[in-house]
Amino acid sequence: MTEAAVKKVNRWPFVLPLVVVTVLGGIFVKRLADVEQGVDPKSIPTVLANTPAPAFDLPPLPGRGEALRSEDLKGQVTLINFWGSWCVACVAEHPMLLEIAKSGVVKIQGIAWRDDPTDSLAWLAKHGDPFDRVGQDPRSRAAIDFGVVAAPESYVIDKQGIIRYKESGIITRDKWQNTIKPLIEKLKLEPVNK
Amino acid sequence: MRFSPVIAAILLSSAAFAVEPSEMLKDPALEARAREVSKELRCVQCQNETIDESNAEIARDMRLLVRERIMAGETNDQIMAYMTSRYGDYVRLEPRFMPRTYLLWFGPLIVLLLGGWAVTRRLSTRLETATELSEEEIAELARATDHGYPPPGYLHEKSDTKDPA
Repeated sequence: MTEAAVKKVNRWPFVLPLVVVTVLGGIFVKRLADVEQGVDPKSIPTVLANTPAPAFDLPPLPGRGEALRSEDLKGQVTLINFWGSWCVACVAEHPMLLEIAKSGVVKIQGIAWRDDPTDSLAWLAKHGDPFDRVGQDPRSRAAIDFGVVAAPESYVIDKQGIIRYKESGIITRDKWQNTIKPLIEKLKLEPVNK
Repeated sequence: MRFSPVIAAILLSSAAFAVEPSEMLKDPALEARAREVSKELRCVQCQNETIDESNAEIARDMRLLVRERIMAGETNDQIMAYMTSRYGDYVRLEPRFMPRTYLLWFGPLIVLLLGGWAVTRRLSTRLETATELSEEEIAELARATDHGYPPPGYLHEKSDTKDPA
């Protein structure tokens, strides 16, 4: 047995743990830095991006306009917002939705998720109503079809009915100005039938 | 040893289920299938619970949907496929076997093989270094010890001889 070979065998038990710890440590630090930067460790990547939006036909809130049907949204760019009167974060998001509706950039379609219609109406009366139409989804059927995890959640759907963007959580001013609004304006220029 | 009623109650009670009696299907066989599927689906809100054990509202609605689809005649696989198409592989508590998960499935085996290889290598290295001594080394050992060093094989052939010197 040569000396070199003996040395090589003896060195591994010291080098290997060091390599493993360094690599793992690197991964952990990277992940922590990501979270620090605002990456939500609980968010689930949507598998529905760039696929046709699920079809839905949801009854309106009593006395408030027509039913919300996916068929009726074809040919226009749409912002769909899942909310509920029970949803605390929705209250925080609401002023932004009102502002978007007022700007006229896009029509917002609301889906009242797991909510009592009376509560939904009272909530809209109190906080303001940014929605074009509102459909009820009391048993999460549309929500599960869309892969909704928690309210609020919003989807940008193009003229072809394809989901182009998903926002998990509150639409902040920053998100609207820098991401969602530019995307919607771009999508509005696309022809109806590509 | 006598169990106190409290201990007995703790030991005998089944785990607390999130499934409410009103949710259950009347047919026990179909209900069993619903439970089976529910235990494979991860609650999207609580991450480490199945929808079967989660009290989250969305988990409840997913349980109801599973039962509705079973009643509509769908197979377990069809229901899992639907849920996966909505929430991705994330909802499956057991990862599927596919190229992206090969490392996950084969990882332990690879680590085991690497360990085995390292151990074998180490042992064989030791054996090699401990192979027979050369004539000069034997002579040197013999000089260095009081009784001299028995030549290879000597002890085996003459095991009854106590002191070869």
